[in-house]
Amino acid sequence: MSAPLPDRDRARRLLWHMVRIRRFEEKCVEVYSAQKIRGFMHLYIGEEAVATGIIEHLTPEDAVVATYREHGQALVRGMSPGAIMAEMYGKAEGCSRGRGGSMHLFDKATRFYGGNAIVGGGLPLAVGLALAEKMQRRGGIAVCFFGEGAVAEGEFHESMNLAALWQVPVLFVCENNLYAMGTALAISESQPDIASKGAAYNVPSAVVDGMDVLAVSEAARLAVTAVREGRPYLLECRTYRFRPHSMFDAELYRSREEVAEWKKRDPITTFLGRARDAGLLTDDDYEAIERDVAKEVDEAVAFAEAGTWEPLTDLMRFVYSEGAQP
Amino acid sequence: MTATDTVTAQARKITYRDAVREGLRAALLADPRVFLMGEDVGRYGGCFAVSRGLLAEFGPERIRDTPLSESGFVGAGIGAALGGMRPIVEVMTCNFSLLALDQIMNTAATLLHMSGGQFNVPIVIRMSTGGGKQLAAQHSHSLEGWYAHIPGITVVTPATIEDGYGMLATALGQPDPVLIFENQTLYNMEGELAADAGPVDLRRATIRREGRDVSILTYGASLHKALQAAGNLATAGIESEIVDLRVLRPLDDATIMASVARTHRVLIVDEGWRSGGISAEIASRIHEQAFYDLDRPVARLCTAEVPIPYARHLEEAALPQVDTIIAAVQTLVKP
Repeated sequence: MSAPLPDRDRARRLLWHMVRIRRFEEKCVEVYSAQKIRGFMHLYIGEEAVATGIIEHLTPEDAVVATYREHGQALVRGMSPGAIMAEMYGKAEGCSRGRGGSMHLFDKATRFYGGNAIVGGGLPLAVGLALAEKMQRRGGIAVCFFGEGAVAEGEFHESMNLAALWQVPVLFVCENNLYAMGTALAISESQPDIASKGAAYNVPSAVVDGMDVLAVSEAARLAVTAVREGRPYLLECRTYRFRPHSMFDAELYRSREEVAEWKKRDPITTFLGRARDAGLLTDDDYEAIERDVAKEVDEAVAFAEAGTWEPLTDLMRFVYSEGAQP
Repeated sequence: MTATDTVTAQARKITYRDAVREGLRAALLADPRVFLMGEDVGRYGGCFAVSRGLLAEFGPERIRDTPLSESGFVGAGIGAALGGMRPIVEVMTCNFSLLALDQIMNTAATLLHMSGGQFNVPIVIRMSTGGGKQLAAQHSHSLEGWYAHIPGITVVTPATIEDGYGMLATALGQPDPVLIFENQTLYNMEGELAADAGPVDLRRATIRREGRDVSILTYGASLHKALQAAGNLATAGIESEIVDLRVLRPLDDATIMASVARTHRVLIVDEGWRSGGISAEIASRIHEQAFYDLDRPVARLCTAEVPIPYARHLEEAALPQVDTIIAAVQTLVKP
């Protein structure tokens, strides 16, 4: 797909989102290594074009459901980097008040419904959110990010079927990064062409190069337009994570050569190159973005560092709604 | 006051099935956000005929037939609840609910906490439970005790016409998930529903019969077996106090302990299995909170630890019955 070139402002914005995710994630590695963050942490490095290209087309009324690899979506959606970082620190100022950590970022203000760490579990949720939009005749849609590993789960198939039967406005975004942890697509799917599975459920579908932010954005524009007319859509974004699955992954299942080959398609450098060639962005523009982002990421860390620990007396909060249960 | 002994001038005689249906109707009429979905709830009229007629009255948007996708439609119910609706999701039997256990446990019960209090899930999930109809091991189990293990949800077991009608309305008013377990042997039970019947409390156990000699703590279909047993025992001079637990999570410790303090002898009758079950939890709490009120160790009568068999005589032998309750009480009150 040859997507139209953006104007200067949009080019800058797309690059800013992707660089911001990249530098935020790199900072996460740094503070994780300093043991400020613990638990499982899954990074979005390499996949930045997907969240950036999709979420560009959403309005504040739309709902977003994501997975445990959701820092990128959360940032593009507009959640505060400080609140995300503080959440990973386990601080009370975190977006989930320290209850969720890296895998469970939530934000009511931006309708960001997680942060779901059961593979496939977010899909039915997104169908229900879309159903609520339809039944209440509001204009919002639900967008559900999931990895290709989720396609092997029954919930993928149940959700595609329900969404098509009920004709609800949900966009399923499969981030196909080729590995479910260490299980390659070829040994997890009998039919590795994921977009083709939409046909089995009468769900229109498309596949796009997930390393090309303009291609993702153009595919998302078409997909979101279709979904806003009140029907589901499946968009497979072929992407790659440059980092290990989590912070505990020896990467025995793929070669350095393969990773190096994919890094040649780095969504940031390829887009920057194109934008520079087209005269849309200059080196000064890029450096300004890096400076802005570095400052924002440092501020996020400072916010997290300055955060407070939830008092132990609040341990039992949020099991039931306040005032509803003794 | 309870449904079993309260008859007002305007009370109607109806079945438990009708009471649940009336509760559903009232809820659908009261709030446009409420809808019912599940397998065969619409055109078929409900596996147990509970929702018969509702499709014609409320239409297919609000009486929504689903494919056989328990995890999918329970998850969709959770999403719809997050999106501002008030879904009532019917899972045909609790045995099938295991296909949706991921959504119930990992999403519905945890979302409020994981999100630091941002996203509550006002969903009501109804399911049938229990044995006694020769439906064998994949349609007859009582799993409400399992669900009572999970923080974040409320588990209720309506055993009377009044509760069958009224628990739904109260559940729909809750901001958090409520699971309603309807014992399938109760649907044909007849009783009176007061004209002014309405929402009922979802926190308290209730004394269904007073007695000084022994407390029988039970719920669901076993309540009626216990009441019958108590009637027989009374002719022999043994007075049983019957506590209908009504709510398995949170357990109403106060009502339980007050009864123990009156009778000093306790029999727990539970259609779930004994090991690790709700009866074990209740017995443990009694030992923790009322040990010195006890004249005897807490006794339990539970379903035999087998998958429920098909053959009538085997199934009857597996479940708590009136005669086994009587025998257990007689042992307990022996001087």
